[in-house]
This record gives sequence, C-alpha cells and structure tokens, in this order.
Amino acid sequence: MEPITEGSAARTTERISVQTNVLNANQQTAAENRQMFEDRNLLVINLMSAPGAGKTTLLEATIRSLEGRCRLAVIEGDLQTDLDAQRIQALGVRSHQITTGTVCHLDARMVARALAVFPVDELDLLVIENVGNLICPASFDLGESLRVVVCSVAEGAEKPRKYPVMFHKANVVLINKIDLAMASDVDLEELEANIRSINPNATVFKLSSRTGVGLSDWTDWLQHAVATRRANVMVGA
Amino acid sequence: MHEISIAESILEIADEQARAQHARSIQLIKLRLGEFTTIVREALEFAFEIARQGTLAEHAVLEIERVPILVRCAVCDKATQPVAGICLICTVCGFPMEILSGEELQIEYIEVETEEEWSQWNRSQKEVPREQQSESLSRPTS
Ligand SMILES: [Zn+2]
Repeated sequence: MEPITEGSAARTTERISVQTNVLNANQQTAAENRQMFEDRNLLVINLMSAPGAGKTTLLEATIRSLEGRCRLAVIEGDLQTDLDAQRIQALGVRSHQITTGTVCHLDARMVARALAVFPVDELDLLVIENVGNLICPASFDLGESLRVVVCSVAEGAEKPRKYPVMFHKANVVLINKIDLAMASDVDLEELEANIRSINPNATVFKLSSRTGVGLSDWTDWLQHAVATRRANVMVGA
Repeated sequence: MHEISIAESILEIADEQARAQHARSIQLIKLRLGEFTTIVREALEFAFEIARQGTLAEHAVLEIERVPILVRCAVCDKATQPVAGICLICTVCGFPMEILSGEELQIEYIEVETEEEWSQWNRSQKEVPREQQSESLSRPTS
C-alpha cells in the first residue's frame, strides 16, 4: 500500500495476518483445568439451563440421591446473589459462589480461580452450576468432563431448535418437569426428537425432580460415570 | 451479552499483534464469524464500538465475514447447507451429520498504521538472522 504522508512523518498501512481463534485464551485455560481434573480422576459437570428450568432443585435432588455414594462439591455461578449456594450448603455439601456481576456466563479463568480454594483432591464429583442462560455459556469451555443441559417441559417442545448451539454441545440433556407435560400441552416425544435432530449423540433422561420420577435413571448413570472415572486411579496406581 | 467478552478478546489479540509490529493504530480487524455460534452480529458490533474506546483500535473498522453452516453426513458423505432450521440428521440416510463450517470465530488479519521508518526497520529486522538480532533490538532513534 502507498505510504500516507501526514505532516512530516510518513505513515504506512500494513496488513498483519493473525489467524487466531478469538476464544483461544479461554480454551487454553480450559485445557489446563481439564488436565488438572484428569490428573485427579475427578469428574466435572458443567450444568446449564435457561432461568427457571429447575437447575438448582434438580441439583438438590441429585445431591440427596448421591449422598454416601460419592464425595461432591459445587461451584455456583450467579449474577448477584448467593441464594443457590446457600441452598446447596444447607444439604451439607461444600459449595463455592462465583458472583459474575454483569457477566452472563462462567469462563475457564473464573473456574481456575475458584479451584484454588477447593479441596479438589478429596472429591469424586464437581458440579459447576453455570449462570442461567442458554446462549452465552455455550461458547465458553470450562474444562468440564460433561456438559449437561437441563430443559424443562414447560419451556415448550421448540426450545432445542431455538438454542441449537447449546443443545448441540451437550453430552447429556435432562428433560425436567415431565409431570407438567399434560398441563404444558407439550409432547415429550416431539421435544426429544427436536433434541436428537440437533444432537443425535446426546444421552437424554426424562425426569421430574419434584416427584422423583426418572430421577434414579439419571443419578445411577452419573454414579456410574463417577465410578468409571475413579477406576482410572486403580488402573493407574 | 457475552459479546462484550468476545469484543474484549478481539481487541486484546489485535492489540498484541499491533504492538508487536510497533503500530500507531489499528485501522481494520477482519473477523470470520460462523452462523453456528451464539454470537449476534449486531450485538458484537455494538460491544466493539464501546470496548475499542481508548485502545489502539479506537477508530478501527470491524469487518465481519459470515461463514455459512455446512454439514456432511458421516455415512453417505452428502454435504449440504441446511436451509430451514438446523437438523443434524441426514435427510438422505438418517445418520448423524458433522459440521464442516459455521463454528468459526476467528480473526483473519488486522490492518495497522505504522510510521514509515518503523516499517522499514521492521522489514530490515526480518532479514537479520536470529542470533544477530539481540544486538540490534534497541529502538531506532528518530
Ligand atoms: Zn447420509
């Protein structure tokens, strides 16, 4: 390009090839987190949902069901309050609150900082309850082992089609509040088909954390996942 | 509004690259943005305008190239561009499809303004073999 002259200083415009993924920094930290979890054979789930899908209630029911079966702790991401963290602590489970302020998602750095105050060596399962939102958290890898998306029946059968990236990246989808299917006029088969059309490989559970229907299918599966990850210690030792 | 975090990351990367070239300012940032991301273009442009204030990219143009979603069936090998909605099950044979493009969030290049002498100096540095560089790394005086 021709140099542009301004005053006495000659200036020139240059093109610099960058070829860099914008999320590189986050992905690097996420990889470090993931390595740390793998070194300890710790299973980590990133729990995501829209507000009101029943994430915290489901987590409480999951914790009750896993009591005595594995050692778990919770990282709570919340915009302002620590109400959810209090609910978890009330169950006798260690929880740590990350208050994100205006940020609508957790990122890998926030999790890395939280890990410093956590007894990661004494755990079998770490649950990261992300900020209630089906858009923003989808873009940020935290280093988790499994991405679990909670979708309540009351949100309607079209939800997965409206937030395809989140559902596509999920390893597990928990269809919650199935006891409300009739009242919500939602066809469970249709909802499940919509999830599969975007993510044919997802493991899907249908449950209600309020009535407990289907809950043990999920918690037994999770317990099995924790035990499988733990078994790596035995093999490695 | 995760677009604010994204805009900040874009500026951080661009700033680092520009400073490495001793640029005075960043004129343009070229971004490739896939359609299968959670980034809303308008929100990103808005966030960029706010985040760039006081940076080398204060007057920079954010040029966004949209990358369409292209999927391929792992079984029958048909590649398609989904038109209505996003279905990742092959309409031909019913097997899952993989995403070939549409997940990009990449800075391709930046255009920066440098002083002519700096740019000549930079070019001359590139011609100097690595082992000799340490002695000539002091800034040129104007
Ligand atoms: Zn096919």
